[in-house]
Amino acid sequence: MSNLSLEVRRGEVFGFLGPNGAGKSTSIKMLLGLVKPSSGQAFVLGAPSDDVEVRRKIGFLPEDFRFYTWLTATELLRLHGRLCGMNAARLRERVPVLLELVGLTPHREKRLRDFSKGMLQRMGLAQALIHEPELVFLDEPTSGLDPMGRRLVRDVIRAERERGATIFLNSHILSEIEITCDRVVFIKEGRVVASHDLRANPEGEVRLAARVRRLSGEAVSGLEKWGTGARLDGERLTLVPRSAHVLPEILRHLVASGADVFEYRPEHVSLEDLFLKIMGEDQGL
Amino acid sequence: MSGAWIMAGVTFREAARRKILWTAMIAGAAFLALFSTGLHFQVKDATSHNVPPLIVHQVQAALLQIGFYAVNMLAVVMTILTSVDTLSGEISSGTIQAIATKPLPRWEILMGKWMGFSGMIAIYVGGMFGGVAAVGYVIGGVRPHGTVMAALLVYLECLLLLTVTFSCGTKFSTLTNGVIVLGMHGLAFVGGWIEQIGALTTSPRLVTLGIVSSLLMPSESVWRRASFEMQSSLTRSLQFSPFSSASAPSAAMVGYAAVYLLVALTIALYNFHERDL
Repeated sequence: MSNLSLEVRRGEVFGFLGPNGAGKSTSIKMLLGLVKPSSGQAFVLGAPSDDVEVRRKIGFLPEDFRFYTWLTATELLRLHGRLCGMNAARLRERVPVLLELVGLTPHREKRLRDFSKGMLQRMGLAQALIHEPELVFLDEPTSGLDPMGRRLVRDVIRAERERGATIFLNSHILSEIEITCDRVVFIKEGRVVASHDLRANPEGEVRLAARVRRLSGEAVSGLEKWGTGARLDGERLTLVPRSAHVLPEILRHLVASGADVFEYRPEHVSLEDLFLKIMGEDQGL
Repeated sequence: MSGAWIMAGVTFREAARRKILWTAMIAGAAFLALFSTGLHFQVKDATSHNVPPLIVHQVQAALLQIGFYAVNMLAVVMTILTSVDTLSGEISSGTIQAIATKPLPRWEILMGKWMGFSGMIAIYVGGMFGGVAAVGYVIGGVRPHGTVMAALLVYLECLLLLTVTFSCGTKFSTLTNGVIVLGMHGLAFVGGWIEQIGALTTSPRLVTLGIVSSLLMPSESVWRRASFEMQSSLTRSLQFSPFSSASAPSAAMVGYAAVYLLVALTIALYNFHERDL
């Protein structure tokens, strides 16, 4: 990591993106005090990351969650709750709620060694939430989950946000991030290289591609009124409109300028496109 | 400190749930059954052959020494094998991550595990020593000498090995850890014999070599002190038997072993606090 500075707002779902080896998991481990930075300090909820007390407010689902497989589902949650300082009465109330939340109530007395990878991942999510933390770190929470499990994770994240918790989400599955997160940052080689507010433009970024003839240079320049990066390459016109709302006005402008429009194709720029644009193509293979 | 007690309970429960504790207890019970059968036949044969009582008593005392020696070996092996994976294994698999991010300091995690294993070893050593002593008394009528002190010393030996295993477990993989700890105990074992042979053959250089090996790893010398505590004055005067001690380590060596344990525990706590998980 190098001069990594992150600001996560309370109550938001924050996506942490980057290619393999960018330092995402290491950053999370530093914020949780599992890995010590070679220099500098990390602060979480206003306290140094190695502060024990601040961990009462933090939940963590590690990537590839593993735990004592000789415990039953109920015992695992009780143990984590006790380690978080919860008393017996609160655990009696909280453990069944969590098991219900992750859909494992029928398996509450089953030992974890008999659980599938997806079921273990759900248990990992439950243990991270047992003490109703203010801040939840989820490192690849949908890893190993089937589509129902992924939806469950999304629902849990939404429910946690409604409860007022802040979610710090690290995932490779960009479509999940796109649906779930309020804001994302992209890191590369240990530095933040870009950030993107997914709620500022809920429809996402739009890119326009059109095939036109007889379009004057003056008309191309006039497109700057509705977007950026207007470029005519032969018959191919490309432009990034300010929003999807201005698309009809652009089309009217082209026709009014006397151009023949053969194709007019707005495309939504996915988070994956944005990711590839920011990170560049994979240099491997 | 409550976190340490929770972790101690988990460690204990893990041993019980994974049948480690029960397997060790069954193996111990099998050993006691074999030992009591052997002693029973020895008593019966000695009676039928009219062996003089003094000789019978000495043979039975020697058999008891063999029994305690076997208990010591079993306790050492159980200590190392059951604890060798507890830190290094959980660190390499990532199991420790979900625990270490809970609101308890790392030293409580390590101390909790250490306390859990210490409790199990106490039960094992106490049970096995008591068992051998009871068999000796009930079948042979031999009242062993210094058994409580010997059991405490063997417990110290096991705690020492447990702590060194923990200390190495904070730095090395499970396999490397096992090789190091067994290797160190093997070194101490051979050094102990060298020292005894040196004492018998009045070779000061061999004795010095033995003492140096005991300083490097004092586990075997604690056993030899335990063995010395259990010898009758007659056995001590005979000076040498394969399972007793001709050159008894001093009380200072026992003190050194206790300090060694504390230093190893401090190193374990420091390493575990400082390392990345």
